[in-house]
Amino acid sequence: MPINYYIFLSVALFAIGIVGVLTRRNAIIIFMCIELMLNAVNLLLVAFSKMHHLKAYALNHATTVGTEAQLFVFFIMVVAAAEVTVGLAIIVMLYRNIHSVDINFLNRLKH
Amino acid sequence: MSKFVFLIPLLPLIGFLINGLGRNFLSRTAVIMVGCGVLIASFITSLLLFKEVASPDFTTQVIVYFDFIKTAGLDIKFAFQVDQLSVLFLLIITGIGSLIHIYSSAYMHDETVPHFARYFAYLNLFIFSMLLLVLGANFVVMFIGWEGVGLCSYLLIGYWFKNKDYNNAAKKAFVMNRIGDLGFLLAIFWMLSQFGTISYLELFPKVATAPVYVITCITLLLFVGAMGKSAQIPLYTWLPDAMAGPTPVSALIHAATMVTAGIYMIARSNVMYSLAPHTQDVVAMIGIATALLAATIALKQNDIKKVLAYSTVSQLGLMFMALGVGAYTAGVFHVMTHAFFKALLFLGAGSVIHAMHHEQDVMKMGGLKKYLPITHITFLIACLAISGIPPFSGFFSKDEILIAALEKKPIFYVLGVATSLMTSFYMFRLYFLTFSGKFRGTSEQEHHLHESPKAMTFPLIVLGILSIVGGLVGIPAIFMGDAHVLGKFLAPVVVSQEILHPAIHLTHSTEFALMGGLIALILLMIFIASKKYANLSEPENSNSGISKVLANKWYVDELYNVIIVKPINVLSSFLSRIVDNKIIDGFVNGIGRSVQYSARQFRLLQSGQVGSYVLIMVVCIIIFFIFQLFWKF
Repeated sequence: MPINYYIFLSVALFAIGIVGVLTRRNAIIIFMCIELMLNAVNLLLVAFSKMHHLKAYALNHATTVGTEAQLFVFFIMVVAAAEVTVGLAIIVMLYRNIHSVDINFLNRLKH
Repeated sequence: MSKFVFLIPLLPLIGFLINGLGRNFLSRTAVIMVGCGVLIASFITSLLLFKEVASPDFTTQVIVYFDFIKTAGLDIKFAFQVDQLSVLFLLIITGIGSLIHIYSSAYMHDETVPHFARYFAYLNLFIFSMLLLVLGANFVVMFIGWEGVGLCSYLLIGYWFKNKDYNNAAKKAFVMNRIGDLGFLLAIFWMLSQFGTISYLELFPKVATAPVYVITCITLLLFVGAMGKSAQIPLYTWLPDAMAGPTPVSALIHAATMVTAGIYMIARSNVMYSLAPHTQDVVAMIGIATALLAATIALKQNDIKKVLAYSTVSQLGLMFMALGVGAYTAGVFHVMTHAFFKALLFLGAGSVIHAMHHEQDVMKMGGLKKYLPITHITFLIACLAISGIPPFSGFFSKDEILIAALEKKPIFYVLGVATSLMTSFYMFRLYFLTFSGKFRGTSEQEHHLHESPKAMTFPLIVLGILSIVGGLVGIPAIFMGDAHVLGKFLAPVVVSQEILHPAIHLTHSTEFALMGGLIALILLMIFIASKKYANLSEPENSNSGISKVLANKWYVDELYNVIIVKPINVLSSFLSRIVDNKIIDGFVNGIGRSVQYSARQFRLLQSGQVGSYVLIMVVCIIIFFIFQLFWKF
C-alpha cells in the first residue's frame, strides 16, 4: 500500500482528535480524543518505519534497518497505557468530588 | 646627603599621623613638641641638603623610590628631584613653616587640646604635601602635592567649622582650585600623549621638538592650574575669603608657601614657557592685571587681614609678570623675599588680632605702637620691605622684576610702578591706622592690650631680620658686579635670561635714575599716607564714588554671582526639576507602570477554562507550523 494512505488516515485521526479535544466538554471523551491523536502518531511512525525497512530489505534481505521504530511504538503504547491509568484515576477522583466530569466546572486554578 | 631626602617630607607626615591619631589623648605640650619638632628636624635636613646642593660640583639628582604607575607604554615613577630650585623652596617652606608652627603654638592656645592637635595635624599634612609638590621629579608627584595642599588649605580655612561663613569660604577655595586643577590635569595628559613622559629630566630636552601650538596650549593649561592655586584673575576671589582661617594659616599657606606653588610650577617648566612666547605674554598680562586690580582693592579694605590678602594677590601678580617677561630668577627671588615679609606681616597682624581679642577692623585700632613694641617694629620693617625701600629685601626683588619688565615691554614697567606705589600707600595706610594715632576701640579692649608671648614674638624677630637682609642674596649688578648670589645659584635650572631684543637698553645711569625716582615716589606715597591716616580719629567714610566700588572689591564677587553662580543654579534646578524628575524618573517609572498595565491585561487570558487553554495551544502550534513552512530558520 502506498504510504500516502497511511498519512491521510493518520492526519484524519489526528484532526478528529483535535476537534474532539476542542469541542467536547466531557473529560472522558477529551481523554479518548487525546488517545486518538497519540495513536494517529503511532500509526504514522509504524508506517514510515515499514517503508524504510522495505527499502533497505530490497537491497539486503538480512537487514533490520527500519524495525526500531516498530519496537519503539510498543514502548509508546506501554507508556500511554500507564498514562491512561493515571488519567482515568484523576477523572474518577474528579467525579467523586464534584459529581461531574464537565471540564468547564474546573476553573478554580484561575483564582 | 641626598639619600636622606625622603626624610624631609616623611617627618611632617609622621607628625601628622601622631597628632591626627593621638589628638584625644596627647597633652598640649606633646602636640607642640611633635608638631614643631618634626618640622624643625625637617628644616635641619633641608639645610644639610642645601649645603650639598650649594657646593660647586653638584649636579641635579633624581632619587627614584618606586614605580607609581606602570603599564604598557606608561611608566611613572615616584621620584624626588633635588636641584637648586627645589632646595630653595624646601628651605622657604620648612624654615618659614617652622617659625609659623612655633608661632601657632602660642596663637592657638585658646583651643581645646583635641582641636589644637587637629590644627597641628593639618599644618603638618600641609607641609608634607607642599614638600611633595616641590620635591617631585615629575608632574604627577607634583600634582599629588598640589592636590594635597589644596585639601589642607580647605581643611584649615574651615578649621572653625562651626561658622557657616568659614565653611563657605573653604568650599569657595576648594572649588576655585578645582577649576585650575582641571587645567593642570589636562596639561599632564597632553604632555604624556605628546612626549610619552612627564619626568622633568626626560621631558624638557624633548619639548623643542614639538610644534609651537602644542607647547603654547600645554603651557596655557599649566598656567590655568597656576591661576587657581596662585590666585590670579579670574580665579583670585578665593584668596581674600581664605582669611577665614586662623592667622598663622594665612601666613603660611595663603601668603608664604602654597600660593607660590603656581610660581614654582612655571619656574620649574621655564624651558617650556621660553618656547611659547604667546603664553608668556598671557602670563605677564594676567599677572600685571591681577597686581593692579588687587592693589586698588587693597586701598579701601578695613579688615587687616583682607588688606594683606589683596596685597598677596597683588604681589603674586607681580611675580607672574616677572615669569611672563622671562625673568624667572627675579620671580623666584620675589617669592623668597615675599615669603619673608608677607609671613611677617600676617604674623604681625595675628599678634595685633591676638592683642585685640579677635578684632580685625583697623578702624577700631590705632595707637598700638606703645602696647605692642616688638610687633610694631617688625611690622614696620615688613611694610618698608614690601614697599621697596632699600636696603630691605623687597626692594631688590621688586626692582629686578621692574627692570626686567622695562627691558621687555615698557608698559609693564609703568603698570608695575603704579602697583608698587599703591602697595606702599595701602601698606602704610594699614600701618598708620593700626599703630599710630589714638586708640579707637572700646576702653575694655584698650585695657587688655598686651604684647604677645615670646613664642609669637620670636618668629616675628627672625622674620624681621630675614626681611631686612633677605634681599642681599640678589644685589643687582649696578651696585656690585657679580653679587647676584641667587641668580648664580639658580642658573643651572633656569634658561638664560638674555632678552634677545630688549625694547630699551638700559645704561647704569638710567637704571639709577629710575630707581631713585621710584624710591622718591614711594616715599611720597608713604608721606601722603601718614598725613591722611596717622592721626585718624573718625572711621573713614567710603560710601561714595570710586571708593565705594573699591571697598566692595569692584563687585567682582557679585559679578561672578550673577554670571556664573546664578546661571548654574538655574540650570541645575532646571535639570533637577525637569530633566531628572520628569524625563529620567518618568522613563523609569513608565517602564514599571507599563509592565504593571500589560500584566493586568494579560492576566485576563488566565480564564481557568481548560477549553480555551487548549484552543490557544492549538492555535499557537498552528502558527509555529506556518512559520516553519514560510520562514527558514
